[in-house]
Amino acid sequence: MIGGSAGSLEVLFRLLPLLRPDLPFPVALVLHRRNSSDSSLAELLGSKTLNPTQEVEDKEPITPGTIYLAPADYHLLIEQDRTFSLDYSEKINFSRPSIDVSFESAAEIYGPGLVGILLSGANEDGTGGLMAVKRAGGRAVVQNPDTAQMPFMPHYALTHLAIDHVFDTIQMAAFINSLV
Amino acid sequence: MIDEEDIDLLLNDLFDLYGYDFTRYSRASLKRRIVRLCSLDKFPSFAELRYRVRSDPQYLKRFVEEVTVNVTEMFRDPAFYKSVREEVLPVLGTKPFIRIWHAGCSTGEEVYSMAILLKEANLLRRSLLYATDLNPSVLEKVRKGIFPLALMKQYSESYIASGGTHDFSSYYTAQYGQAKFDNELSEKIIISTHNLVSDSSFNEFDLILCRNVLIYFDKDLQDRVLNLFDASLGTLGYLALGTKETLKFSAVHNKFKQLNREKIWKKIM
Repeated sequence: MIGGSAGSLEVLFRLLPLLRPDLPFPVALVLHRRNSSDSSLAELLGSKTLNPTQEVEDKEPITPGTIYLAPADYHLLIEQDRTFSLDYSEKINFSRPSIDVSFESAAEIYGPGLVGILLSGANEDGTGGLMAVKRAGGRAVVQNPDTAQMPFMPHYALTHLAIDHVFDTIQMAAFINSLV
Repeated sequence: MIDEEDIDLLLNDLFDLYGYDFTRYSRASLKRRIVRLCSLDKFPSFAELRYRVRSDPQYLKRFVEEVTVNVTEMFRDPAFYKSVREEVLPVLGTKPFIRIWHAGCSTGEEVYSMAILLKEANLLRRSLLYATDLNPSVLEKVRKGIFPLALMKQYSESYIASGGTHDFSSYYTAQYGQAKFDNELSEKIIISTHNLVSDSSFNEFDLILCRNVLIYFDKDLQDRVLNLFDASLGTLGYLALGTKETLKFSAVHNKFKQLNREKIWKKIM
């Protein structure tokens, strides 16, 4: 699961083409976006990868090899039966979707199988979520703040918990491609 | 840390003692709301929360209000309302009388939005809007039709984006930081508690709106509710869901035809 805010789209545009086309696991992108139901971002991201890419609809089954994008203005959660559910409750960290909410929910379901990756951004969202990922036995990865357009978000995580890996885009792609 | 068994115990209490059945709500969201309430109200442990819910009917009221999500706004998703204006209301306008059901209406912002659309289409006089929710305290807000004045700028922008051409402020009176919507709108709104989990159909409607309610239900409960809507819609009636909700995964999907890109379906059989 990858969370990002300001400056993270550029990273994804470079990262997605580097991912192998047959990922044996699902990828969920939780990005802070402007309030709009504009669904063209999923198409744009999808044009950067051979993996099928789509914006999540409520109760959608989670399929390996698919890249899912959290819809604007909903929190993205994961159910025991490995389906997505959406939630329009209060913003968390001034954000909906909130990266913390999705990381925490995914950590409960996937436990040690989860990798949480935090990209560029200018707020504190994601750090609490990465803590939950670690508590559940999963791994926490952040973009190297030196390579981030907005270093605050990955830097904030680095100063608040033990991060497993700090990567630039190329290293991140190699790491994701090596996961099984 | 609250585990699944704790949640199950609490949900059983709620059903046994008060008749509220949350067992088929979307578990991930429900659990998050309960954990949030537990920390908001500073319970030292989950057991204290459970005890309070069991022993204090006043607190039950707060629990239901906080655990259900009551975030809503006027003219949310303007493109949706534009589509209702342009494609649904002209068809409904051919009927002598129009019944609309807002199921899970929360504090009623969407009900008033619809009443404004009906008024602008000259249909309000022969329409009735049924506004239901399981939560009596939000219905009190629907009845009053009073919303924070600070939100009116945003609502006005959404209203215009939905194709509204009037002065939005002509629909309310501003006082003490509140906007009170016209009685002409509220007197067409019929309010009642109705629990989608357990209550049955109570009328036949031309249009049912249930936007961003089903996301809080699991698939089985969604199917129950969609069957209920199916049974409550007249022939060629319309069903409107939230922008990320779909009939795609449900059993009734072949009885409906999606109108366009917006989440509006027409009942075809």
